[in-house]
Amino acid sequence: MLNEIRGIVMTKKDDVATALADLEASSVARARLGNEVIETEIKEPIPFGHKYAISEIRKGELVIKYGEVIGETLENIGVGELVHVHNIVGLRGRGDKVGRTR
Amino acid sequence: MHSVDRLSFDGYERPDGSVGIRNHLAIIPLVGCANDVADGIARAVPGTRPCLHHQGCVQLAFDLEQTTRTITGIGLNPNVGAALLVSLGCENVPSDEIADEIAKSGKIVEKITIQELGGIAPSIQRGIGICRRMAQEISQYRTKTFDASALCIGAKCGASDTTNGIASNPTVGVAFDIVVNTGGTAIFGETTEMMGTEHILARRAVNEDVGKKIYEIVARMEERANSMGVDIRGAQPGYGNIKGGISTIEEKSLGAILKGGTGPIQGVLEYGERPQRKGLVIMDSPGREMEMLTGLVAGGAQMVVFATGRGALQGFPIAPVIKVTGNSRTIEKLGEEIDVDVSSIIRGRESIDEAGQKVFNEIMSVARGKQTKSEALQLNQCIDIWRVGPTI
Repeated sequence: MLNEIRGIVMTKKDDVATALADLEASSVARARLGNEVIETEIKEPIPFGHKYAISEIRKGELVIKYGEVIGETLENIGVGELVHVHNIVGLRGRGDKVGRTR
Repeated sequence: MHSVDRLSFDGYERPDGSVGIRNHLAIIPLVGCANDVADGIARAVPGTRPCLHHQGCVQLAFDLEQTTRTITGIGLNPNVGAALLVSLGCENVPSDEIADEIAKSGKIVEKITIQELGGIAPSIQRGIGICRRMAQEISQYRTKTFDASALCIGAKCGASDTTNGIASNPTVGVAFDIVVNTGGTAIFGETTEMMGTEHILARRAVNEDVGKKIYEIVARMEERANSMGVDIRGAQPGYGNIKGGISTIEEKSLGAILKGGTGPIQGVLEYGERPQRKGLVIMDSPGREMEMLTGLVAGGAQMVVFATGRGALQGFPIAPVIKVTGNSRTIEKLGEEIDVDVSSIIRGRESIDEAGQKVFNEIMSVARGKQTKSEALQLNQCIDIWRVGPTI
């Protein structure tokens, strides 16, 4: 069970892995990246399908998944922490920022 | 790699040269006000398919044109052997033009007008008579053998979670690549879910014009969303997407475009428009299931492959919908609604290519007549026409 793959990283450029199972705090998650395996100490519960950081991302930096930008951080995110709507935001479709256009 | 037999199916050749994988009698209201009559007729004549929707009147010119194109497209879909159009009599869409356009294809089409026939009961009665005759007529249509290049497949993803981007969407993408490589037509869309991926898609465009059009439709969609003055999150990605682990529209988009495969993009279609050439095309369309499925089918898709995460239920009255999921929990909970299980990818037991071949094999089986879960369950309510402007 300890060797079980419980995460997936889509490309080498990515800052995040996606959990393939519910991950518990203080456990070590093994994520597949092609033929490599990336081990991460999980800091808080990561539900199935959610993302955790595999590298530190500073406040205001871009977050990369699929090798592309998926948004920017609102706070520093440490390795093994949950990456989701509470600490990252998208940069597109932000009518709240550009305001009404008509 | 594939034997000829595995790549052929028996289909209905329509007078305009299109090929149906089903032989349906469609009852199509020209305006939402005629839904009850259309439904009343459909209930009385077994085997008919009511294509109920809510548009056709009190729309601005752009939307009226889109509604007209879409209704006409549903009538022209190759799975439709004959169509009965139900008019109220005072709707804004050009009812006679729609009937003429469908008739021009050589297909049997008739129109009844409720305000002329004297209301609901006489209209249902008249419609029943017409449909019985039509059903008898199309029951005599025979199939011919076609190869897979006669296929036109649509793709949709819905009730998405992160398994879509990892398993079901790339799997559908592999199946799309096989369809395109065997000479068929494949349509994907959901323009909202291209935000943040325009540069990737435009690189795959066959020429500069097509690339420019991709940027244009995404900018147009983002402008519409921004014009409401709010953050798109909550609508896109929706509540269920976020609960499933998707954080932003960009993340959803990057996963979403995988379902279009890797082929060159031949063109960009308006909503409900029929492709003029084979290969992979993008249809400008919204992400919501009803409008999206309707657009694909109006564009001539004979079936839709639907990648889902948390478990979408949709079917379509005149086209089979194949559900694919990579989420093993969804298989446990909603297995009766899912056609292809690709959760083995997530467990590391199957490659995306192997799973994609499985989806393509299912496409061929359905083309040969295998009922999808959506057909067996008679899921026919997920239909509506995309309107862009306000209701006025």
